Amino acid sequence: MKPFTVHKGKVAGIDRANIDTDQIIPKQFLKRIERTGFGKFLFYDWRYIDGEKPNPDFELNRPENEGATILVANENFGCGSSREHAPWALQDYGFQAIIAPSFADIFYNNCLKNGLLPIRLAKQDVEYLLRESTKADYELTISLEDQRVYDDNGFERTFDIDPYRKQLLLKGWDEIDLTFVYEPYIAEYEKKHCPLP
Amino acid sequence: MKPKTIIEKIWENHVVYREDGKPDLLYIDLHLVHEVTSPQAFEGLRQKGRKVRRPDLTFATMDHNVPTVNRFVIEDEVARNQISALERNCREFSIPLADLHSEEQGIVHVIGPELGLTQPGKTIVCGDSHTSTHGAFGALAFGIGTSEVEHVLATQTLWQHKPKTLQIRIDGKLGEGVTAKDVILAIIGRYGVDVGTGYIIEFTGEVIRNMSMEERMTICNMSIEAGARAGLVSPDETTFAYLRGRKYAPKGEEFEKAVERWRALATDEGAEYDKTIEIDASTIAPMVTWGTNPAMSTSVDGTVPHPEDFSSETEQKAVRRALEYMGLKPSTPITEIPVQHVFIGSCTNSRISDLREAAKIVKGKKVAKGVRALVVPGSQQVKKQAEEEGLAQIFIDAGFEWRDSGCSACLGMNPDIIPEGEHCASTSNRNFEGRQGKGARTHLVSPAMAAAAAIYGHFVDVRKLQKEPVH
Ligand code: SF4
Repeated sequence: MKPFTVHKGKVAGIDRANIDTDQIIPKQFLKRIERTGFGKFLFYDWRYIDGEKPNPDFELNRPENEGATILVANENFGCGSSREHAPWALQDYGFQAIIAPSFADIFYNNCLKNGLLPIRLAKQDVEYLLRESTKADYELTISLEDQRVYDDNGFERTFDIDPYRKQLLLKGWDEIDLTFVYEPYIAEYEKKHCPLP
Repeated sequence: MKPKTIIEKIWENHVVYREDGKPDLLYIDLHLVHEVTSPQAFEGLRQKGRKVRRPDLTFATMDHNVPTVNRFVIEDEVARNQISALERNCREFSIPLADLHSEEQGIVHVIGPELGLTQPGKTIVCGDSHTSTHGAFGALAFGIGTSEVEHVLATQTLWQHKPKTLQIRIDGKLGEGVTAKDVILAIIGRYGVDVGTGYIIEFTGEVIRNMSMEERMTICNMSIEAGARAGLVSPDETTFAYLRGRKYAPKGEEFEKAVERWRALATDEGAEYDKTIEIDASTIAPMVTWGTNPAMSTSVDGTVPHPEDFSSETEQKAVRRALEYMGLKPSTPITEIPVQHVFIGSCTNSRISDLREAAKIVKGKKVAKGVRALVVPGSQQVKKQAEEEGLAQIFIDAGFEWRDSGCSACLGMNPDIIPEGEHCASTSNRNFEGRQGKGARTHLVSPAMAAAAAIYGHFVDVRKLQKEPVH
């Protein structure tokens, strides 16, 4: 995982609630056995007309959103299927952070495991960002170290993140390596509760 | 000692390591694996030269991609690759696999319980959000992503924060024709698709106590549709009776000892939850979804709502969008929505009892003209049993297509897809845009309601139908 420290980037907004992972990456693209290359299929049914022509009405296809690296959306983002292909697709497309009033649990975790930062902000802050995001050059800066999101116009908010996850993200550590440090505890537990047959 | 919920008991039994400021390191007793969410995890292991720590606590099957006719001829090359990747991975890492040739193959959440792998008190994970199904047995079961699949394969553990507890208590008696599916759809309809976010739900009350294991599975299955990663039911005699004699359940004296342990897991009298919701069963009617998430539903005698019926602007916008996608006009009676497809299947409602309920409605009748109806049993064992009981023949005689087991039209990763613009009465769990095929219009219903829709070509209130005895 790549470390996440500070990121400044362009903001795109999709003002919808309950955006599910079936929308983020439809099932026909889940058959690949790699982790990469999902970006071109991100929001496939919304993004393309008949699977080819970009749909001009879809937010990410608007010229002002080209090159956006921060996505803002409404409540319960990432609900539905546990597919990790959803954060892979968002990341492969170029997003580095997602901001919403709330996220579905599994999706939220999946993002953290991949260094895609999910940020919860209050509903009214998200509404503000959704409005601002319609401007062509609207940018936000995210600093993970001090848990801050801010723009150049005086908007500034702090966000919550689990301290353990924050450490992993800042350092870009592989969680499995880290867990191996606790191997003696796992072996001990197994001896007591779950011996090998 | 302070009374505890089953959730706290299972959690405490599985903490491997605990330290302030960190999630708990939890031991995982059973890891179920399927072809779609595992290839990248195995690839990760290979790249780092890691082993699977406990192949004996891991069990794999293939379900999402498999064709339900002619299962050995997978036309789609990418799907075929994914299935052969799972075969290769299971061989390489010595993981037991119920493949397409196995009598044990089926939807991962149907076969776990059926084989007796799912047991009270276990922590169970799978790279699939409907892992919550296994909670019906008093197990702590939740869906995980592919990185977590890799983590469990390598370490048999997961770092987890203890979620809050939500009790949903359903008391009273369900009316005739009202099923477990209607109960869970009603709960989500009333309280919303995120009522359970951050919680584990325990379903309690008279209605749950009187339910069969299959019905409890239907309820727990859709906990994730209420936003909760896990939902469960304290185990009782119904649970133990179901498990007795199952292939991987303990045998003989071991089984009796296990029952004693399992019994002690049930939530203690007086235990406290972070939140409680109470529902009166008599207020629940057969449900039909009209929109594009499982909370957008109403009773079968209701009508399609107006966007203005909703208070927030976000909701109004979502409803307007949903009605447009579904091609529905406000005030249309639900029973006047025409149905062109019927799908009886999925890990929510494809067990033998579901097929029996549907067959009662179908027996001696014919599928309406212009309707295409599929029955896809949840597992090869369910299929076999339904054939032996004569249910399959009832469906076939009525004009249903009778298929091999798999996820099928629940998500249409195999060729079973609902065409654009057509309405499908489906016993599955998700009615998201495009879930059953691009532009497909899904209505979530119970097996009985789906069967009735197949016969009439539109939704009908099953409470008003005369049921025929199957045997
Ligand atoms: S039947 Fe549907 S919901 Fe269940 S595991 Fe398969 S795809 Fe997922």
